[in-house]
Amino acid sequence: MTMDGARTEQTDLADAARRRFRELVEPELPRLYRLARRLVGEDAEDAVQDCLLNAYRKLGQLEHDAAAPAWLTRILVNCCGDRHRRRTRQPLEVAVEDVEQFSLYRKLADEDPFPYSDSLHLDFLQRFGREDVQAVLTTLPEHYRAPLLLVYVDGFLAKEAALMLKAPLGTILARLHRGRKLFERQLWEYAEANDMLREPVR
Amino acid sequence: MISCADAVRELWNYLDGLVGEAERAAVEEHLSVCRRCCGELEFAEELRGFLARNADEELPPDVHARLAATIDELEGR
Repeated sequence: MTMDGARTEQTDLADAARRRFRELVEPELPRLYRLARRLVGEDAEDAVQDCLLNAYRKLGQLEHDAAAPAWLTRILVNCCGDRHRRRTRQPLEVAVEDVEQFSLYRKLADEDPFPYSDSLHLDFLQRFGREDVQAVLTTLPEHYRAPLLLVYVDGFLAKEAALMLKAPLGTILARLHRGRKLFERQLWEYAEANDMLREPVR
Repeated sequence: MISCADAVRELWNYLDGLVGEAERAAVEEHLSVCRRCCGELEFAEELRGFLARNADEELPPDVHARLAATIDELEGR
């Protein structure tokens, strides 16, 4: 009798956990997918599927529902890392030395690609479509790209990103700094390579 | 007073609230007299918004349907 009671209670808890799983996970799907697209490209759907399976298995480890977005993101980042390691395809090698001195703002002011423009810097950014930005992000090595996306796109704190990426906070801050500078420089190089540095057609 | 190079190095951290009291004061002192670095600061803010806006992407309905099916399956276990 007692044992049956305990079993029913356990079943109820398991049922509640399953219902909770959908409520926690479904609203996060668009964000998780977007992040996965930026981290592993075409493997994004598979990475989110991996994330769902792992999250379901580990649901007992989630202490508060409010922690679910960060918890799911941590699992997803791991799944993306695994997929990344399994695939040999790496982003194009980018030179990272000297990048800390790079300033896109100054580069634009010095080169002045649109001499008749009153808003040179904004004009430059407006020439980039979403696909262009995606292409630029793809050129960044993953260990720079992931912190940039977590902090500047998904709005996590640097210390939360450090937990997700299993790296010390100091390392993440340094990668954020270099990542931002690399992003600036790659924007400039992409614009040069794709003939985007001409006076806008009015 | 700190140099432009030092100010620029700190700008994103300044925007992110990651600098200490002393660095914050040093950056602000520099910004109060340097127009070029004010431009850098505005542009750094613009770039942050630019990155966030352009990284957005819709979840395609067919992908959503397949992910929802996985959740159904897991819940049915």
